[in-house]
Amino acid sequence: MTGNSKNKMSALIVDDDKVVRRVHGKLLTQLGFETNAVENGQEAVDLFTSGECYDFVFMDMEMPIMDGTEATQKLREMGVKSTIVGVTSCNVEAKKQAFMEAGLYACLEKPLTRDAISSLLEQVTKK
Amino acid sequence: MQKQLAKMKQSLFDQGYLDEQFIQLEDLQDDANPNFVEEVVTLYYRDSVRLVQNIEQALEKNPLDFSKLEGYMHQFKGSSSSFGAKKVKTECTQFREYCRAGNAEGCKRTFQELKKEYATLKKKLEVYFQLARQAGPVEKACRPK
Repeated sequence: MTGNSKNKMSALIVDDDKVVRRVHGKLLTQLGFETNAVENGQEAVDLFTSGECYDFVFMDMEMPIMDGTEATQKLREMGVKSTIVGVTSCNVEAKKQAFMEAGLYACLEKPLTRDAISSLLEQVTKK
Repeated sequence: MQKQLAKMKQSLFDQGYLDEQFIQLEDLQDDANPNFVEEVVTLYYRDSVRLVQNIEQALEKNPLDFSKLEGYMHQFKGSSSSFGAKKVKTECTQFREYCRAGNAEGCKRTFQELKKEYATLKKKLEVYFQLARQAGPVEKACRPK
């Protein structure tokens, strides 16, 4: 984990919905993350291109300008090693499969919950 | 007053207006954000006005662009789910099914229902939050039965 000077894990929330960004932001902050949020996949890619780095990326699947699948693919092509977690309420298996194959570590149901993040952290710290 | 608040919350759950996600949000309230849920709900109602207008305009077109409508409704559902708006979420799901079936009348009818549930929930939560502010900070996570 890269973390930051305060030894907190860092998380980037990528979602086009303001309410979701607010809720997920608060949840992750309370769980000890230092968080940032952007509105679409392009903004996420731009952040990493500019040299910013995050331990975790919580990536929505369906967003305008650049969706989560494309953004995940681009980040992996750039060599980004962050734990990229898909977050979606979509129940179309083919779309979720494509999302996973783009380079996700896991795909979680939206909205995120405390339990889901705790389980994720457990799994990630085991690897 | 805390009892009254708990009773009101229980009633919102019993009548199916809210689901567990509302409690998840209440669990996030702390000294930094003691009225976090109210902030989120206020943000939702402010932010969704534009989306409702977009859907209304899209429903006036002939023929309907079901793909566009489904996209709007996916967004609406995501937003509504994030604070536990159960009935609104259900109408969103129904609407999307009608989109997939290409059923224009179904979409229009469901959207009217959705707007009713959306408006009703807003009124009920306004009363709830007013009482919550009067009652002051509660003990964490009073889960309804």
